[in-house]
Amino acid sequence: MDDILFMMVFPFIVAVILLVVKNDRARAIVSEVGAAVIIIASVWVAYSYLGKPQTFEISSETIDLLMFAIEAILGLVVIYLGVKYKKYAASVLGLVQLIMSIAFEFHYKEGIEVERGLYIDDLSILMILIIGIIGSLICVYAVGYMRDFQAHAEGKDRRPWFFFLLFVFLSAMYGIVLSDNLVWMFFFWEITTLCSFALIGFTKTEEAINNSFRQLILNLIGGISFLAALILLADQEGILSLAELLATPDVEAAQWVLVAVMLMALAGIVKSAQMPFHTWLLGAMVAPTPTSALLHSSTMVKAGVFMLLKLSPLLCGNVGGYMVMTVGALTFLLASMAAISQSNAKRVLAYSTIANLGLIVACAGVGTPEAVWAGVLLMVFHAITKSMLFLCVGTAEHHIGSRNIEDMDNLFDRMPRLALIMMLGIAAMFLAPLGMLISKWAALTAFVDPSNPLCILLVGCIAFGSAVTGFYWTKWLGKLACTAMNRDNVEKTVRPQEWSVLGALAVLVVVVCFGYPLLSDWIVVPWIEGAFGWDPSVSILENDNMYLLLIMMAALVLMFLPFFGRSKTKTVPNYMSGVNIDNDTYEGSMGSTVSVSLRNWYLEGWFGENYIGRAGEGITAIVIIAGIALACAGWVA
Amino acid sequence: MSATSKSPWILHYDASSCNGCDIEVLACLTPLYDAERFGVINTGDPKQADILLITGSVNDQNKNVVKQLYDQMPEPKVVVAVGICACNGGIFRECYNILGGVDTVIPVDVYVPGCAARPESIIDGIVKGVGVLEERRAAMKEGRK
Amino acid sequence: MSNWMLLCFALVFVVLAPFAGCLLAGVDRKISARMQGRQGPPIAQPWYDVRKLMAKESNAPNRFQDFYVACYLIWIVITGAMFFAGMDLLLVLFTLTLGEVFLALAAYCSGSPFAQVGAQREIYVAMAYEPMVLIMAIGFYLFMGGDDGGSFRVIDIAQSSEMAIVPMLGIFVGFVVILTMKLRKSPFDLSMSHHAHQDIVRGVATEFSGKTYAMMEVSHWYENIMLLGMVALFFQNGGWTGFVLGIVVAILVYLLEIWLDNGFARMKWQTAIKTGWVAALILGLGNIAVLLVMA
Repeated sequence: MDDILFMMVFPFIVAVILLVVKNDRARAIVSEVGAAVIIIASVWVAYSYLGKPQTFEISSETIDLLMFAIEAILGLVVIYLGVKYKKYAASVLGLVQLIMSIAFEFHYKEGIEVERGLYIDDLSILMILIIGIIGSLICVYAVGYMRDFQAHAEGKDRRPWFFFLLFVFLSAMYGIVLSDNLVWMFFFWEITTLCSFALIGFTKTEEAINNSFRQLILNLIGGISFLAALILLADQEGILSLAELLATPDVEAAQWVLVAVMLMALAGIVKSAQMPFHTWLLGAMVAPTPTSALLHSSTMVKAGVFMLLKLSPLLCGNVGGYMVMTVGALTFLLASMAAISQSNAKRVLAYSTIANLGLIVACAGVGTPEAVWAGVLLMVFHAITKSMLFLCVGTAEHHIGSRNIEDMDNLFDRMPRLALIMMLGIAAMFLAPLGMLISKWAALTAFVDPSNPLCILLVGCIAFGSAVTGFYWTKWLGKLACTAMNRDNVEKTVRPQEWSVLGALAVLVVVVCFGYPLLSDWIVVPWIEGAFGWDPSVSILENDNMYLLLIMMAALVLMFLPFFGRSKTKTVPNYMSGVNIDNDTYEGSMGSTVSVSLRNWYLEGWFGENYIGRAGEGITAIVIIAGIALACAGWVA
Repeated sequence: MSATSKSPWILHYDASSCNGCDIEVLACLTPLYDAERFGVINTGDPKQADILLITGSVNDQNKNVVKQLYDQMPEPKVVVAVGICACNGGIFRECYNILGGVDTVIPVDVYVPGCAARPESIIDGIVKGVGVLEERRAAMKEGRK
Repeated sequence: MSNWMLLCFALVFVVLAPFAGCLLAGVDRKISARMQGRQGPPIAQPWYDVRKLMAKESNAPNRFQDFYVACYLIWIVITGAMFFAGMDLLLVLFTLTLGEVFLALAAYCSGSPFAQVGAQREIYVAMAYEPMVLIMAIGFYLFMGGDDGGSFRVIDIAQSSEMAIVPMLGIFVGFVVILTMKLRKSPFDLSMSHHAHQDIVRGVATEFSGKTYAMMEVSHWYENIMLLGMVALFFQNGGWTGFVLGIVVAILVYLLEIWLDNGFARMKWQTAIKTGWVAALILGLGNIAVLLVMA
């Protein structure tokens, strides 16, 4: 157990060191060494506990009290900040939460002991690997990135605070995935919310502050919902352990447990930025790119889906599941549509993140072993690929001066290596035979289940959602692939940290694509067996399909070899009705020179985000309210 | 006959024609003449064309365009000048802006006179062009060996 | 059916499909010409065209275009081989998408305005037909028995004792509707028309010349045969009657497409997505609802 505690506490220690280090070199060394240790610790823990799920006896009044004290102080800070920046909604919600947690701490929680406060199982191991490896890689990337960032920024150097938050965040994430004590889990949950709040508002511009408060307000709703679930569980059942909650034999019979589960699911929905709460993630894009990569693709939002996947056995086939799967499926469809209308690369990634999380949420809501298998694999593929894409956009932004996809014309000429990595990432997001598609395929197969009354909704959402997904990724891919104009190469100044992290993530994408059958056999299937009592002989993707995919992947890799060869083909300029000067310009009337500019389709009138977003918010809000109301009224399935 | 002669694809360029010849070129594709019988396709794309069919005389404004279109066509290729203007400038020959026939800019293989050239003679010109195309292809094959 | 047998089917497809596809294209041109009151080219014209294109000098705007087009051809062939080897229908469709993306990239990579507009229209039309195609696969799965024993495998569907057309009539009609887009026939030949003189020159294929263009033609032959195979799949009942009926209906459907091609002017791009999505929503999902109730 010591190794687990070390793993949880170590990032916090690094964070504190980074808070006091002011020197660039020292910061780089501390972060890099810290990241290396975190990776090693995570892999070590994963290796030693793989296939050996267990709980640890740990409980102490002091820890509980300390956590409560920190929570109370942070609550007061939230109230203060809300008043200071005239965001009274945040203050009110902070106050509500503070009162609730005081009531919970001194009234409801009395007499309920959770002896085994920590646990580890295969899903936690998977999360540990995601947090440890991807999270630390992003922290290393951030060292180089923030140096460029600071060079452009005005005012005082606040990077120590930035790195402090990043590493604290890693600790908190470990806390979420390892706490069996729901009170502790809640504590870490709130810490991630506040870290994210501080990171989004990092630049302190007006936009950043507004968006950070939006994140705070929405996540406070999630927090309050979580807290309400805790109060309900403590009051009605006297349960405050996740394992005991999951062991509830017949959740349909225990009405208030179901309501509590749904409230926790609501917290998960908020955290994973599902509609109607998705706007916080869009707003979060103002933050420096490593933040977006860390919080909004690989870790914080994954806490939300982690929670839902954990709860999925309790959600299968009841009103809770219906609520979650409807929200997830609609979010997948609508967010994918909204992504079409975006030209800001980070917003496209944000919408795609929301959409993919929607798919995972829908899988969790369906709650059958097959669906959950697909959901877990989606989570893994998405974490790796999306963080890589975010970092690529960050690097591109610093070198071409824009994060607009329209400005990424000819990136293949200007930043060939980066463009290749980015293309790999985009391909891995939606193309056969790569990662995301495999799991999307499995999800589709799992959704087609006549016994599920919402089957047709899921099928419709995934069919239309996949179509629009293909559209917005391909048009981006096309922009990158273009090599018409011989522009200068501007990627020479990319920092080595950035290259090494991008390279590592690219390797990881490829490795996971090839290695997912092992990942499935070693980690995912054993976990599902344990959590669902599932017979693993019923494989999800038939074996021959799995081999076929691997062969296809190999073929795809081989195909790229000629890329590096020389060709005998004669190069001719493009056809532009015979009047082009080169591929960049053509001869206009009266001897003028006109430059070519090519723009993509955004279909604003159909897929405009205001329109789609409003519709999505309205429908999903109704679904959530109706779901919880029905559960409260005692209608369960 | 190789496949090359069975599928001559045409790029039609109007240099500065009065549109008389242009209309006759299009007439070749109508049901009455149906040049597609011989595999002729009037493609708009130099990259896929075998025969460059030019109507009208060349002037300062479009000589570069003609050159560029010709350069973008892959070998083997043939140029057919349709109408008297394309052949030598016709009645516009003495105009201040006219350079003369197409052959002042690019090498021409077949001349189809007429004002306007009749569809029959245009098709005849294309067929003559196909013969040249065939020779060029054979020469290319020879050169490759 | 043994795996060797299935492998043979795949090989037969790889070897024969280009000939069948070429023949189909030749017949298409002949019939189109007759519909326009012309005599038309010989049936073997597409074959001559490709032979000629192969003999031409190769030129390209950059060194990647040929690579992308080659990938397009290879993945289309693989897709078709997988379909005729009776593999998972969803996998077949996903692989087809992969091929399509390579075609779009080939057009995008040149930076040519005409090719790029073509590429955008290509993926836009793909967005219009994709839902219906996926729904078709799901329909087959439900037809095969849904939860218990449902199968996406083409070979299982082909060997089922009943014809899928009866319970899947709506999906069939919807599929025929979007087939116009997949075959790039008017009124939805937005990205590239096989008729000369269109608004964006040759659309996607503007920068393809010689061998590159020939590769794309051959891919289309493969693709068309595979799509007609999908049409025929609706009629398979494991016996000769289904096999023959399937082929006959596939040919009839293709004739219908030729008629549409010659009878309609191109429609606006908005109409493409409306048509595709309404077909998927009403015919597709409506039919899925019926199948779910029956299951």
